[in-house]
Amino acid sequence: MATRDFLLSAPVLLISFLAIGAILLDALIKYSTRVTFIFSVIGLTVTAIAAAVTIPHTGYAYANMITTGGYAAFFDIIFCISAIMTIIAARPYLESHDFEHDEFYSLILFCVGGMILISHASNLLVLFIGVEVMSVCFYVLAGYFRTTTRSVEAALKYFLLGAFSTGFMLYGMALLYGSTGSLSIPAIHTAVQGTIQFPLLLIIGVGLLIIGLSFKIAAFPFHQWVPDVYEGSPTVVTGFMSTAGKAAALSALIPIITAVMPANPYKIQMLLAFIAGATMLVGNISAISQTNVKRMLAYSSIAHAGYLMMGLVANNSRGWSGMLYYSAAYTFMQLGAFVIVSIIENDSDKNLTFEDYAGLSKDHPVLSALMAIFMFSLAGIPPFAGFFGKYVLFSATIEAGFTWLTIIAVISSIISVYFYIGLVVAMYFKDKETGEPIIAVSGLAGITLIAATVGTFVLGFFPGFLDSLTKSFF
Amino acid sequence: MAALFATFFLPLLGFIAVMFIDREQVRAIRFTTISISLVTFVVSLLLWAGFDHTNGGFQYRVDALWIHSLDAGFRIGLDGMSLLLVMLTTFIMPIAILSSFGSIVKRQKEYYAMLLLLEFGMLGVFLALDTFLFYVFWEMILIPMYFLIGIWGGKDRIYAAVKFFLYTIVGSLFMLVAIVWLGNYAAEHAGGFTTDLLKLREIAPTIPFETQKWLFLAFAASFLIKVPLFPLHTWLPDAHVQAPTAGSVILAAVLLKMGTYGLIRFNLELFPQSSWAFASVICILAVIGIIYGALVAMVQTDIKKLVAYSSVSHLGFVVLGIFSMTAEGVQGAIIQMINHGLSTGMLFLCVGVLYERRHTREISEFGGITKVMPVFSVFFAIAMFASVGLPGLNGFVGEFLTLVGAFNSPFLNSPWYTIVAATGVIFAAVYLLWMFQRVMYGTNDNPANHHLPDLSRSEKWQLVPLVIFIVWLGVYPNTFMKMSENSTRGLVGKIEEANGKQVSFPQNIRMDEIIAAPEHKGHTEIIKK
Repeated sequence: MATRDFLLSAPVLLISFLAIGAILLDALIKYSTRVTFIFSVIGLTVTAIAAAVTIPHTGYAYANMITTGGYAAFFDIIFCISAIMTIIAARPYLESHDFEHDEFYSLILFCVGGMILISHASNLLVLFIGVEVMSVCFYVLAGYFRTTTRSVEAALKYFLLGAFSTGFMLYGMALLYGSTGSLSIPAIHTAVQGTIQFPLLLIIGVGLLIIGLSFKIAAFPFHQWVPDVYEGSPTVVTGFMSTAGKAAALSALIPIITAVMPANPYKIQMLLAFIAGATMLVGNISAISQTNVKRMLAYSSIAHAGYLMMGLVANNSRGWSGMLYYSAAYTFMQLGAFVIVSIIENDSDKNLTFEDYAGLSKDHPVLSALMAIFMFSLAGIPPFAGFFGKYVLFSATIEAGFTWLTIIAVISSIISVYFYIGLVVAMYFKDKETGEPIIAVSGLAGITLIAATVGTFVLGFFPGFLDSLTKSFF
Repeated sequence: MAALFATFFLPLLGFIAVMFIDREQVRAIRFTTISISLVTFVVSLLLWAGFDHTNGGFQYRVDALWIHSLDAGFRIGLDGMSLLLVMLTTFIMPIAILSSFGSIVKRQKEYYAMLLLLEFGMLGVFLALDTFLFYVFWEMILIPMYFLIGIWGGKDRIYAAVKFFLYTIVGSLFMLVAIVWLGNYAAEHAGGFTTDLLKLREIAPTIPFETQKWLFLAFAASFLIKVPLFPLHTWLPDAHVQAPTAGSVILAAVLLKMGTYGLIRFNLELFPQSSWAFASVICILAVIGIIYGALVAMVQTDIKKLVAYSSVSHLGFVVLGIFSMTAEGVQGAIIQMINHGLSTGMLFLCVGVLYERRHTREISEFGGITKVMPVFSVFFAIAMFASVGLPGLNGFVGEFLTLVGAFNSPFLNSPWYTIVAATGVIFAAVYLLWMFQRVMYGTNDNPANHHLPDLSRSEKWQLVPLVIFIVWLGVYPNTFMKMSENSTRGLVGKIEEANGKQVSFPQNIRMDEIIAAPEHKGHTEIIKK
């Protein structure tokens, strides 16, 4: 029994040991950044492989505390890929900022550990631990440039608001426990279908839990922290936060929402639909007026949280698989965009406005072509990955009878096209005003970019494989 | 089948090949592009040769599943209408590419790569028999066209490019919702989510009218913006004026036809009842567009803008023909699409010729050009007369048929559409002839115009093929019309059946017979009984 538990929960165990190992390396070896870097990349790869191997073995382990295989393992792979790409792109970025320390890698590993715990949680307590591990790492990572005021400010802001939202979440869990008598998600699911002693407590508990997780996924109206935090954090960290962090919160929402849905399907769906619709509109409308590319991407990431939540609203298998698909697609395109931002940002906090991108295509045809591809993909233009993700989510939402939400999504997509192609306009149609130093693209950042591009293309052109895989989970 | 794949994928291969050529090797890039596009044209002739025009269904069909769970497939095929448009695309592309050799000087590698990508996308739109695949190509075209206008365009190119992009995407995203909705409807009523057009053709007409009309509008929004129908046309003059010559040629000749093609392929075929319900509204707008486009064209001081507005007017005839939903009207619309592609494409080339020499398109800058450029003036006159609709040249055939179709239409059931639209023909003569007179005749008193070189050999090579087809279509349109005749007849038959109208139609939709046999103009009477 125990052996089976160990094997099936391999991703969780591996990442925990590896994260501790990364810290030990720091302590044991002098000038160890290179070693830790390689160790982390290999470790994450191993974890991802372990997750891939366990995908078919769905079930529970450790006295039903964690789920194994299935969608949880799929999310593990997304986290690991996101983390690997982040680490690889981060090394040159941090070197150019003179800030490369081992902690960075071990923090990312711990962060992934928290995320994997979240996606595997089948008990609210495990979920809470996972959320906390992830969030604490994010607070530290946001303030990683400890000598930069903006970075420290971002960390503090994130920490204060994050702590607040954790309070909500914890309170929600307590109320859920009070009304259903269990912290185990499957048990809650069973309890919700029967008669409940305190239905009001249940509704409030669910509401508070949704609020807490909405904060993590950056959904309206709990999104205000996003622009400042994303702008202040080191760019590579922002990329990691906005992809893996979002996916992690989503991986928690899927089982919880599915579990409590029978309590009052219509009301919960309407609540989520309202949040999703408002999130898309607010994110995209706010993004229009941004002049800073990082802020623009931050606001647009809010909108993408809205698209993702359409899958929750739909509450059908196509919706869930669509969320998984979109998370994967979004990871590639968003990380790709952030890596390019980090390359162009170079050293110091400059080169972040749209004007700085003017005429980029002259000096850097490949870099700007890739950026254009990521922008088109984020805007949902075929044949790139973002389009197919939207297509599946749209079809799920329509299948669930929420055509109006799809139309809101369409309207907000139209809005988003405006600022995404705004960046393309700057890169291709405008001319550079001042002579800037030529940017050198390091090999490591290049690897990440290649991976992101291949992902964006493959998920766009051959969506069939991943689509059937994600579908098989539900 | 091999010919179909070759036609379809050669431009894509060309695109990839050009991307791998060093950007300094301009000659190699040009050579690759022009030879790929020529080979594509030659191969597409095989499609023409192998096409059985007595068969009204889809030919050369390929049906391969792409995304299993959503039943989205790589489904392509040709019927008469798509064959004609595919031929138009492959024919126009080498000409457009040739016209770029002199005028495009910056970033040539990207330019020619974008042209080939554009050709691939356009062929995909005309070949797709799957709504998902169609949508992918429909949207994909935006990217190369957006860059063509934005990078190689004129002064206000950024504004024009962004406007083009936004206008198109507004319409097409609503179409996407409708595509998904249709797929779900199929899932509920026909046993599985699908985007297979041939299956949807059976399912869609059974959708209750109340929902069908919204779907119709969602598709129509996308296509009518692309056509463009008044009052959705405002992106067109901007895009046309700012685009480089080749971009304008392709935009006018092929891209606008994607809209009218979509109207026939999707709106008429999938939603026949709603098509009838909305026919009069759309036709009124089309007629307004015909007159409005002509009147606005009349007061333009910029030749290119004048031609752009003439497109609004000419495409009004096409839409009128389509929504007359009679065999003559639809056949006329199809042939008018080809005609407009040829004659307006040629007009844009001629404007490009003038612009190359003077770097201005203001009518007042010119005058008496015939004296310095006699050969050019002959070509320009042919293009102009073709556009006016002079009998013997191509423009006449299509306009005449669409007007006859609208007149006889049991769905519109009023002669006024034709009566008002026919005045548009007169206006066309006015603005085009007047423009021609001011540019080409009169005294050549502007010193800058005293020593303009006449057409170069390359420019003649661009214009001569167009002239051949303009005359051919004008004199013996049956070569082309017979291709789409049976598919059109099948379509019109389905529309009538869906709407419970039985109309006797002439056996042969040929110019000579329509003119010789006036007795079948009594359709409306038969309907009234």
